[in-house]
Amino acid sequence: MARGTTLPAPRRGIRGAIAYRGGEGMLAWAFHRISGIAVWAFVILHVIDIYLVGGNPAAYNELLQIYASPPGRVMETLLGAALFYHALNGMRIVVMDLWPALTAYHRQLWRIVWITFFALGLPGAYIILKPIWELPK
Amino acid sequence: MSGQPRSRQPRPASQGRELTFWLLTRYSAVALFVLALAHFSMTHFIFDPAEQTAEWITQMRWNSLALRILDWSMLIIVLTHSFLGMRTVIMDYLKGTTQGVVLALLWILAAILVVLGSNVVLTLPMQ
Repeated sequence: MARGTTLPAPRRGIRGAIAYRGGEGMLAWAFHRISGIAVWAFVILHVIDIYLVGGNPAAYNELLQIYASPPGRVMETLLGAALFYHALNGMRIVVMDLWPALTAYHRQLWRIVWITFFALGLPGAYIILKPIWELPK
Repeated sequence: MSGQPRSRQPRPASQGRELTFWLLTRYSAVALFVLALAHFSMTHFIFDPAEQTAEWITQMRWNSLALRILDWSMLIIVLTHSFLGMRTVIMDYLKGTTQGVVLALLWILAAILVVLGSNVVLTLPMQ
């Protein structure tokens, strides 16, 4: 973004939260924020559940059964997707922040993010979800 | 923030706390790219969640001092990164007194999680 270019101020409220000038940059930012908040929420749950390993092992094992159930595995896949997108797009941000010249290629970096996301993410999702139809009822 | 593209948080112009937090977010991001993705792969692809019971964690995973140090480091780095991120989110949407109150609650929550997580990783006896 050239110095001195005047951009409209971000809109306030719900519209301001989701709408911003369009394009890959906006989508990358919106997904990054949503996935980041989702992973943060899981981290809170995860610290508490691991605390139970010491504090109440029986309760932890019960919770583990929920995690390993079919709906739990769908949530696990969504968590993996949020984490993986956030990690890949985060590296795109770090690359542009450390080498600002590469910001000119943000669209190409964005495509690399999605190609990697599906190339590695789909086999990963298959591994996580497989026990749903393989485990005996 | 107005007048700045929002595809990411722009590097703060001046030295000080904001720049420190901005850099800390990026350094921890690089560490977590390796640590968190390796952790997720190990706990979801190499092992299945169903087999990692409380007994498995205490007898296998946390029977190694190295793995405990690794897990504790990951705890501190992920809490640093995620709570600095939430600080940015809160400061984007809330202003004034509300912002101050919510940020105070955020730091209290972070401190509780540091204590809970450290307690179990560092003090649970080795089997």
